[in-house]
Amino acid sequence: MITPEIWNSLTTALARLLIFPGLLFAVPAAWFFLWVERKAVARMQGRIGPPFMQPFFDFIKLLGKSTPPRNGVGGLLMRAWPLIAVSAAAGAVGLLPVLPASGGFEGDLILLLALLEVPSMCIIAAGFSSGSIFGEIGSAREAVLSVSYNIVFLLAIISIAASQHTFSLQALAQLPASPLRWLGIVAILVCLPAKLHLNPFSLPNAEQEIYSGPMTEYAGPELAMWELSHGLEWVAATGLAATLIAPALTLWWVAALVFVALTFAIVLLLSVVAAATARLQIDTTVRFYWQCTLIFAVLAVASALFMRFRA
Amino acid sequence: MNLWNKLMCYSRRHSPWLFHMNGGSCNGCDIELIASLTPRYDAEQLGVRLEGSPRHADILCITGPVTHNAVNAIKTVYDQVCGPKAVVAIGSCPATTNVFIDSRTLDGPLNRHVPVDVFVPGCPPRPDAIIQGIAKAAEILAERAAKKLPVAPVVMPLVGPGCEGACPCAATTETKNEEVRA
Repeated sequence: MITPEIWNSLTTALARLLIFPGLLFAVPAAWFFLWVERKAVARMQGRIGPPFMQPFFDFIKLLGKSTPPRNGVGGLLMRAWPLIAVSAAAGAVGLLPVLPASGGFEGDLILLLALLEVPSMCIIAAGFSSGSIFGEIGSAREAVLSVSYNIVFLLAIISIAASQHTFSLQALAQLPASPLRWLGIVAILVCLPAKLHLNPFSLPNAEQEIYSGPMTEYAGPELAMWELSHGLEWVAATGLAATLIAPALTLWWVAALVFVALTFAIVLLLSVVAAATARLQIDTTVRFYWQCTLIFAVLAVASALFMRFRA
Repeated sequence: MNLWNKLMCYSRRHSPWLFHMNGGSCNGCDIELIASLTPRYDAEQLGVRLEGSPRHADILCITGPVTHNAVNAIKTVYDQVCGPKAVVAIGSCPATTNVFIDSRTLDGPLNRHVPVDVFVPGCPPRPDAIIQGIAKAAEILAERAAKKLPVAPVVMPLVGPGCEGACPCAATTETKNEEVRA
């Protein structure tokens, strides 16, 4: 028996997953962010850069290319990884509490983090299952990188949750930001370049150095899916930061506009940093996260817990 | 031609991804190919991207007169590029083996080993000539998407000053090929 409440919450959940901030918004936004990244790098280098529709053309072109024959379980897995990555990233985008909607499926921060981590896992698995030496090197680097930045990333999230007494995304989006939350947001922003494989930390897919890392053996539609999952990761990761920064607004269209403007600002910031920096070595990267950033993250968590027990 | 095919043609013309391969070149053409991606020429305006892996590429750019060492590598990489694909021979060397003709270390010219779609002559060709050649190859790719018959190799005109008559140009390609085969 479907009561009106269940029906209402089901349609809200579907609308979130499929329309805003889900697929219908997220896929064009993913292409747009990929374009902003390339365009910002080009402008920083004094070039004009690619036309507006470039990521869309790349995607369509890749769909029309053939793939090398892949046999056996390994081949099946190689075809599956990009699809899993795309669905996880799309799910993460769908969870973002942009609209102050009632009902629907309310995920929490932990589920969002888990979904955000799936594409990175898929990249590691894809590199190893491709059997290419460059893929394996790239996957090993991605694994090391992921161990380094995730500690800081998770500590930042925990400090935010502890300072605001909740793991619910909806509640976090509604509550006003405390000073400790800003510390956590800065820590998240420091981790985003590594999560999105941007320039100071673009080791796993270091082009021309280890070819394309885990993506070396991928071609055609599979590569198109990887590009899409990378774009969706952009939307989800910058969207998470924007949700935590954005003030609570009651008007839904103002909330959506503020969300879009904030994500765009973060994308621009990350692209400019990527264009202005060179790729670091793997040991420098690991040292950066374990020695320089970890201290601040631990301090943030400690003070958040301290404030909580004092209160 | 339905809408999807039209979109595919348009996308292929606007998103040529390159894989660059050196077949025993003196590095002159390689420098010019890189120069065509730099801020002065900025080939990315046409959607050009230099890819690290041949699996990602649409257009294989080969420089050099094809030495014995390079033949197998060129064939392997050509097979690794996924279809539809095009080959651009950059410089006079892959077209005619240029000044290295009759050398016993060579197994050129390039079209003895892989089908070449566009020849960009010059020693080295100017970056704008290379970009023109890549744009032509992207058009050929789009025609392949439209399921037209395979097109004959295109020889691009020489661009830039100081090249007239000094280096082997388009007119002599055929005769040089015959000499090499003889």
